[in-house]
Amino acid sequence: MAKQQANWSPYDNNGGSCVAIAGADYCVIAADTRMSTGYNILTREYSKICKLADKCVMASSGFQADVKALQKQLAARHLIYQHQHNKQMSCPAMAQLLSNTLYYKRFFPYYSFNVLGGLDNEGKGCVFTYDAVGSYEKVGYSSQGSGSTLITPFLDNQLKSPSPLLLPVQDAVTPLVEAEAIDLVKTVFASASERDIYTGDKIEIVVVNATGIRREYMELRKD
Amino acid sequence: MFRNQYDTDVTTWSPAGRLFQVEYAMEAVKQGSAAIGLRSKTHIVLGCVNKANSELSSHQKKIFKVDDHIGVAIAGLTADGRVLSRYMRNECINYSFTYESPLPVGRLVVQLADKAQVCTQRSWKRPYGVGLLVAGLDESGAHLYYNCPSGNYFEYQAFAIGSRSQAAKTYLERRFESFTDASRDDLVKDALMAIRETLQGETLKSSVCTIAVVGVGEPFHILDQATVQQMIDAFEIVGEQEGPAAAGQEASAEPEPEQGGAAAGEGVAPMDI
Repeated sequence: MAKQQANWSPYDNNGGSCVAIAGADYCVIAADTRMSTGYNILTREYSKICKLADKCVMASSGFQADVKALQKQLAARHLIYQHQHNKQMSCPAMAQLLSNTLYYKRFFPYYSFNVLGGLDNEGKGCVFTYDAVGSYEKVGYSSQGSGSTLITPFLDNQLKSPSPLLLPVQDAVTPLVEAEAIDLVKTVFASASERDIYTGDKIEIVVVNATGIRREYMELRKD
Repeated sequence: MFRNQYDTDVTTWSPAGRLFQVEYAMEAVKQGSAAIGLRSKTHIVLGCVNKANSELSSHQKKIFKVDDHIGVAIAGLTADGRVLSRYMRNECINYSFTYESPLPVGRLVVQLADKAQVCTQRSWKRPYGVGLLVAGLDESGAHLYYNCPSGNYFEYQAFAIGSRSQAAKTYLERRFESFTDASRDDLVKDALMAIRETLQGETLKSSVCTIAVVGVGEPFHILDQATVQQMIDAFEIVGEQEGPAAAGQEASAEPEPEQGGAAAGEGVAPMDI
């Protein structure tokens, strides 16, 4: 008897791309707002970005039901942290919490591909990139989702720093200023939406800096 | 209080139908430093007296934020209070997670009361030695509840618990009719005046008291010392004048519980205050 294959999957992929870039005193996190299933669009105005703490923002692509559940979990854990420590979680602390939360479901994972962005304890920009089960790394920039294969090579070309294994240790954050980084993000999404069918409609761009959190939008191709 | 053969554990009734261990737990509340609460239609103010053990130590935290819309002030065994606050915080977080809306205050106090009741009916447990003033805002308006170690809870317009709380209660009884429509600032002022009553002549300064507010459009938060001091200075309280009058009232209030307990079967059990 041939091995039985599952005729139902608990997962779906709602598509979309996310990008985050860390600067010296800011962090840019962006994601498109298209939510799709198969070859259909479910909505053109879905936010994949979630503010987890004062200086910590997460963008996730993948299965949005799992993403929503993950966001709720992290928000609840953050409340507990605030009750116990009387302060907000820092971005590196949230990064570890996200990793642990993802690995907790190692054997029925959150189908969620995350980038976490924000300011660390010294006010410098930081970006953390994850796989679905919690393996994470602090990087200067990152991209996840359906357009990541198109976006990452371009970011590498513009931003790639020498390997962190080389000495002397070089900063992972980009020397670009905030406006240049935002421009780069817009360019990158415009290119990705040309070739990736799941990326398009609008970009939501969130900028975290010392003054707080700012949001802006840019229109993309609707096809 | 009094020692007798029916007060060894919480699961023993006295012939008069009382659970002495529970009543002793309520004594613990009366020994703790004072906490007061009062509410208007839109705001609730909690206040408490902070007495540090010595000049070297910091004072105990007696007001806890439970959620954006609920806060609690405690009197009695503060350790028990801390544990119950943690329970309340958890309940609020879990409710929010499931229903995406804030836990109604009335539900929370019932859960708290049921939790306290369990400890009055298990031989291996003891009652919580802490009284809680729960202040919360929900769809049905502003609420102030008092949760007892006995597992009872009551809703109040204004209340005071802890040592010398009778003085504050007298003040609140005089003034409570004006609370419903009072402004937020007037409410805080009344809270400070009530706390002053419990201080028995000591000067009211922001270092001896803590004030917290929750209201419509205002999540629960503890006012910082500078703000409280400003409000105290703003209406210039002079502590000494009130001292003798309050002391006289307090002396007459104390003997009552003694009489009620000593005579078997006489008087209402203290739980029904």
